[in-house]
Amino acid sequence: MIEHPRAEELLDAVAGWIDSVRPSLEPRDAFLARVAANALSVVRRELVQGPAAEAAAIARLSGLLGQDGDLATLNAALCARLRDGAMDRDTPGLLAALKANITEQIAIDQPSYKPEPGL
Amino acid sequence: MQGEVFEALKGLAPTLGGEGAQIADLQRLSGGASMQTWAFAVVGGRGRDELILRRRVGSFDPDAARSVSLEVEAALITAAEKVGAPVAPLVHLARPQDGLGEAHITRRISGETLGRKIVSDPRFDAVRPALARQCGAILAQIHSAQPPEGLKTVDALAELARYEEIYRASGAERPILELAFQHLKKRAPEPRPAVLLHGDFRNGNLMVDPDKGVAAVLDWELSHMGDPAEDLGWICVNSWRFGRSDRPVGGFGEYRDLLDGYVEAGGEAIPLERVLYWQALGSLKWGVMCLMMYASYANGTDASVERPMIGRRVSETEIDLVTLLENGL
Repeated sequence: MIEHPRAEELLDAVAGWIDSVRPSLEPRDAFLARVAANALSVVRRELVQGPAAEAAAIARLSGLLGQDGDLATLNAALCARLRDGAMDRDTPGLLAALKANITEQIAIDQPSYKPEPGL
Repeated sequence: MQGEVFEALKGLAPTLGGEGAQIADLQRLSGGASMQTWAFAVVGGRGRDELILRRRVGSFDPDAARSVSLEVEAALITAAEKVGAPVAPLVHLARPQDGLGEAHITRRISGETLGRKIVSDPRFDAVRPALARQCGAILAQIHSAQPPEGLKTVDALAELARYEEIYRASGAERPILELAFQHLKKRAPEPRPAVLLHGDFRNGNLMVDPDKGVAAVLDWELSHMGDPAEDLGWICVNSWRFGRSDRPVGGFGEYRDLLDGYVEAGGEAIPLERVLYWQALGSLKWGVMCLMMYASYANGTDASVERPMIGRRVSETEIDLVTLLENGL
């Protein structure tokens, strides 16, 4: 893998450029430029945090389901069990695993999002 | 397009403002491909009136559409006004000879609609604590209104079935959405007599005045008949709290105030559990809508950068849903 520049540095350079031209844009384009800069932030976080988050999600779902596989396979298997009623809200460990997985996903997608408070 | 709208309004000016009235400051506010919103003024012998034109471009298909026609929207605004709910009153429903197509004109009410400002701008600090109770009272009024003919009726199971079909067709495999569908289907509340619902009553569709609070309820196009708790739950969906998840009603208030305001204005007592059920169903619906908006990018319908980014908002509804389930929903 090429280290100079790293992928995150390329993203930072493009994001910095978008921010520098944003003030000169018409309102609609200025809005879309902000969305584009946000998209780059998501990509950056996914590059940095994604691999560990995915490995952790696979470990949690494998434990819950008692089977191996990649994340897509495990998600599909879990959906099938939820759909046919083999698992539901009260299945031990289910909500904890889902909460841990989605907490790491939202840290990539929207780290500033303030979730529904717990009791 | 501006010229065409201006010409049509010029022809209407005497109807709107009396003999010799002129159209001024026509300005396109927003709108997607099929619906346009314009602001303009009529200046005549009676003074200056600030008005809003809503107009559909292209034809309306009542069978395919989730939304109501602008004629029904006009009737809804009038029905809500009759029971005292704050609205932007109807001024004119377009006739074929007006040259505007399907359209209506209402008064322009001043205030703020941006949710983030309403929850955080110091200008709203004084009125903010009163908003949740006010929203409850307004919903009680709307729910008591005489519905116009032809509205669809929706209950929880029908709504879940509709969104589950869309979710299945998307091909997505998202365990939290799957769990939410199955859980909410099992726990659907007992059906009750349907009332007139606004259908999109949330922070963002309310014109809020820093002194008076809610000055007008906007955007009636998703109105339908159904469970009153649907409207009460929708304004509590965390996605419209704009960062103030600690204030469950619209990011500005408390459940208790919303429900008390509802009863004080003549609405029946509705248990909080029923509101939380519809709030969760609302988060699930918004999650599926975000998936659909991503799908419109993925299938090439809409190439804007905005669409795929909305797809990354599905996870916000998932973390809210799993938390509601942990909280005992």
